[in-house]
Amino acid sequence: MPAPLLVPALVAVVFLILPLAGLLVRAPWSSLASALSGSDATQALVLSVWTSSVTTAIALIIGVPLAWVLARTTFPGQRLLRALVTLPLVLPPVVGGVALLLAFSRVGLVGRYLDSWFGLTIPFTPIAVVMAETFVAMPFLIITVEGALRSADQGFEEAAATLGASRMTVFRRVTVPLIAPSLGAGAVLCWARALGEFGATITFAGSFPGQTETMPIAVYYALENDPNAAIALSLVLLVVSVVVLVSLRDRWLRRGPVA
Amino acid sequence: MTGLADGLAVDAEVSRGEFVLAVSLTAAPGQVVGVLGPNGAGKSTLLSAVAGLTPVSAGRISLAGQVLDDASDGAFVEAAARPVGFVFQNYRLFPHLTVAGNVEFAPRARGLGKQAAQAAAAYWLSRLGLTDLADRKPGQLSGGQAQRVALARALAGEPRLLLLDEPLSALDAGTRLDVQAELKRHLTDFAGPCLLVTHDPLEALVLADRVLVLEQGRIVQEGTPAHVARQPATEYVAKLVGLNLYAGHADGAKVALDRGGMLVVPDRGQHGEVLVAVRPSAIVVSTHQPVAGSARNAWPARVVGLTLLADRVRLDLDGTPAALADVTPAAVAELSLAAGAEVWLTVKATDLEVYPHSDVQSA
Repeated sequence: MPAPLLVPALVAVVFLILPLAGLLVRAPWSSLASALSGSDATQALVLSVWTSSVTTAIALIIGVPLAWVLARTTFPGQRLLRALVTLPLVLPPVVGGVALLLAFSRVGLVGRYLDSWFGLTIPFTPIAVVMAETFVAMPFLIITVEGALRSADQGFEEAAATLGASRMTVFRRVTVPLIAPSLGAGAVLCWARALGEFGATITFAGSFPGQTETMPIAVYYALENDPNAAIALSLVLLVVSVVVLVSLRDRWLRRGPVA
Repeated sequence: MTGLADGLAVDAEVSRGEFVLAVSLTAAPGQVVGVLGPNGAGKSTLLSAVAGLTPVSAGRISLAGQVLDDASDGAFVEAAARPVGFVFQNYRLFPHLTVAGNVEFAPRARGLGKQAAQAAAAYWLSRLGLTDLADRKPGQLSGGQAQRVALARALAGEPRLLLLDEPLSALDAGTRLDVQAELKRHLTDFAGPCLLVTHDPLEALVLADRVLVLEQGRIVQEGTPAHVARQPATEYVAKLVGLNLYAGHADGAKVALDRGGMLVVPDRGQHGEVLVAVRPSAIVVSTHQPVAGSARNAWPARVVGLTLLADRVRLDLDGTPAALADVTPAAVAELSLAAGAEVWLTVKATDLEVYPHSDVQSA
């Protein structure tokens, strides 16, 4: 192995692994339970888990049909729509948060009607957390499912149609079961992305403990006055990430093309 | 032909890019119509149009008097609403469902409750001898079993029309004959019309009551299996059924062949464009010019190829006309036949099958 390649490669490895190792070394293992059971930490954990789960459920309900539309139909402007749908993948989340605020604040494009007609104020509520997370995380589910739908063998759907199945029945009983692995992977990705969401959430939902302060936000604030809690929460997020990675290993960690 | 009102009638064109399929065919209830043709002839496109998976671009398709697709007025019955059972090439069994789940699919989709669908599936599973396999997944089936499941799944929807796309092509030679015999039995039991697509002439000859030969999107011949096998209309069919075929111009007993040469045939007063078919085994190969005998046709030729076929050797012979001839392996040794050998070919006029040449042959 030539040194000009090996040395930078080692630097890259050390750079990626050292901070995580530091996190493990600095972790207050003995007082981990108490650090996590502090009221703020627990609240953040609970809030993060349920908002991420609701986000994933919403993404499944509205994102999967959108993936189907993108994969299985053709209409003018489809390429543009696909680009817009995947934009949040590369958009800085804080910009997403600003955009949501402009749309849904009490003086926003849509928010003013929600406020005047229904008395509904979205920003800085748990609903805003879910909306911010959905905005950022749903595209992960959509592109995963759309890819699966494109590569799925449509022969099975044809067979189902000749057996008398309506389009909806074909979708429910053939299409979805056949792409179930990708659907699962997309949902896990979406959930993990929602769990780690920071920028859009803090911008659109703020950081009210128990209301909108999710784990990443709690970590950020805890670092100042309760470093042990920050480290403990970080550890939890790290473990979750590892679990996600392991659950997706068949798709991501396999070398070369999947047979 | 029993009332076309009950059968399938197709008179349509289907476009797929550059390719245009233009066919006119009928299939009566209980009749198995074999569609024989090379790959790319449009066989699968035909089934796809009849099933409603591809709309016709002109003409119409009707079943038992009901219009399924009519390009002139835009009438189109969705695939799901057509009373059609489709056995696909490679079967397309749902990999996520068990055998029973696959067979239940059509009854469920057509509106039966769970229990009724299970009962219907159980009936077809037992009818096709699949009861023991009910809980298996398609991945755990042999080729012959998968074929039966595909047939059971198609029949469980109680279709009034059955479509089979190369039903035996995915099977190995060993199981093919068994499955073929079984398929023949089930096709005989089926009351509606049946279209069976294949590129295997034996399959068409054994399973079909009537054969259509499809080439490049057109029907080039139509008739009983025996008729098609004896009097092929094109070189493709002649090759499939293993006959020499010559096109020529007849004037009584003499036929001047289009590609050179002349054959004397039984004089039935034929005049004009004809086809002459000869079995390779009817051609006698000798090393000397034959003396006049009952054989009326004799011409020199050169051996350009030899192929061993089970108990005989097929000679590929270059001459005017060129021919395929079958001889015994012993004869190959006795006459020391090898590539390049000069021989004489003789064939009796009575061994030549002469029939008019027209674009579509019907029996």
